[in-house]
Amino acid sequence: MELTSLSMAGVQEKLRAKEVSPVEVVRALEARIALVDPQIHGYLSRDLDAALKLAESADVSLPLGGVPIAIKDVINVTGEPCTAASKILADYRSNYDATVIGKLRAAGAIPFGRTNLDEFAMGSSTENSAFGRTCNPWDLSRVPGGSSGGSAAVVAAHEAFAALGSDTGGSIRQPAALCGCVGLKPTYGRVSRFGLIAFASSLDQIGPFTKTVRDAGLLLNVISGRDPQDSTSLAEPVPDYTALLGRDLKGIRLGLPREYFIEGVDPQVDAAVRAAIKHYESLGAEIVEVSLPNTEHAVGVYYIIATAEASANLARFDGVRYGHRAADATGLLDHYGRTREEGFGAEVKRRIILGTYVLSSGYYDAYYLRAQKVRTLIRDDFTRAFEKCDAILGPTSPEAAFKAGDRSDDPLKMYLADIFTIAANLAGICGVSIPCGFATLEGRQLPIGLQILGKSFAEAQLLQIAHAYEQSTDWHKAQPPLA
Amino acid sequence: MSADFDVRYTAQLARLNLSEAEIAKFQAQLSQVLAYVEKLEKVDVSGVEPTAHANAVFNVFRDDIPRDWFTAEQALSNAPRSANQLFVVPKVIE
Repeated sequence: MELTSLSMAGVQEKLRAKEVSPVEVVRALEARIALVDPQIHGYLSRDLDAALKLAESADVSLPLGGVPIAIKDVINVTGEPCTAASKILADYRSNYDATVIGKLRAAGAIPFGRTNLDEFAMGSSTENSAFGRTCNPWDLSRVPGGSSGGSAAVVAAHEAFAALGSDTGGSIRQPAALCGCVGLKPTYGRVSRFGLIAFASSLDQIGPFTKTVRDAGLLLNVISGRDPQDSTSLAEPVPDYTALLGRDLKGIRLGLPREYFIEGVDPQVDAAVRAAIKHYESLGAEIVEVSLPNTEHAVGVYYIIATAEASANLARFDGVRYGHRAADATGLLDHYGRTREEGFGAEVKRRIILGTYVLSSGYYDAYYLRAQKVRTLIRDDFTRAFEKCDAILGPTSPEAAFKAGDRSDDPLKMYLADIFTIAANLAGICGVSIPCGFATLEGRQLPIGLQILGKSFAEAQLLQIAHAYEQSTDWHKAQPPLA
Repeated sequence: MSADFDVRYTAQLARLNLSEAEIAKFQAQLSQVLAYVEKLEKVDVSGVEPTAHANAVFNVFRDDIPRDWFTAEQALSNAPRSANQLFVVPKVIE
């Protein structure tokens, strides 16, 4: 087996047995990237010399010792670019580490490679990158999902053992589903966002992309915990997220929300998810029906709250302290207006305008305040559902990967791709997407994702449930047909 | 409500210049999005408290203790223009 095909735990075994060195691992990844990334374009940049230098002194006895981890280009790593896939940050260089990066370093990991995304994490296809789209490793003419499409694609294409992404409305789970890897969105407050470029601060959460559920637990062990630099991170104890892996599912109740099994879900996706449910029954889990009656409002609530918060967060891009500045401004308004016109792409502009509008005088109550109230109803739906079950099953995305260009000019249609993932961010709960089958489109196999949603801070049980399915199926072993 | 939506005026509020082509395009696209989100008008939210954050955490304080952070050089390292350890900005007052 190729070294780069191993899981993160697999390569750690070899590192600890001294069968390979961290330097050899970095070099093997670099060779794989050089081979396949010209087709995939999952990486925006990488600093091989810096990674090799870290590898030379890596301590493989540490929890992630000597393991290279790819980082979405929206998380600050000292000395590296952090472009958010935007022209406005094209020349920016970080001079500090995000808290998650500090934690990775302390655990012996090597941050290696900056992955592509939709500009400022706004999108579901990674087509909104100012530096070119990322291709789905299973069919290069299709999108990898988004916004963390680069992170998902490089893990799926074995150009990384694991990657970090961020999830505001599904930006980890949806690309994981479309690329066929594991993507975990932790509970809001589980992982510090200090050093993450903010999109929608009441929703953003950093999480891992991995080849296996165990690897997701290993990474979550390292990046979780309270951080004085992020006042929204909580002091909940950090358990060992791999501790429950391998336990059987007796007594576990899995909820099926009737609102997630609707028309509009692709028949092949629907069939794969229903088969997964049968499989869970055969593993001893009890299946119960639940209802999330406000599901139909989630997309509307999200596109008010997320754009409102984004319009405020992106006000910091003013051409003064960092980022692009328009040349020869004739005054302050001209300076701001042109700096932002030249720096931001179309989707970011649309969202800033929408967010500004829903917060503007006379419209705040009708849009923003109302959306926050419906958000409460969506949270209450989950509270009630979790009285009847331990976790909720459904499709991650209503369909497999779509063609690049198909909906890049139809924002509303693109937004509806997030229909099943958004509610978890609004409610703050955790969720994971794992591979559960394939759709065949135009003769190509395309991965399907099963979404499992868990109660707040119940990631250990969520991963137990995901792991039981993964270990009794072969979907996660499939590899994309790359040269 | 969305009938009042004016991209040109809203973009000014956001300090964001747009081309005429963008104004026309965004006006159409965002009007469609607003029409969609206006479905929320039909939801009964009487007596419902708004949710601003997923976790109800209030007033997170810490002691105000000085500590080392960016040097002036670091803080200015990404500045489009700087001089004398200061950010240089366009002239604001005539």
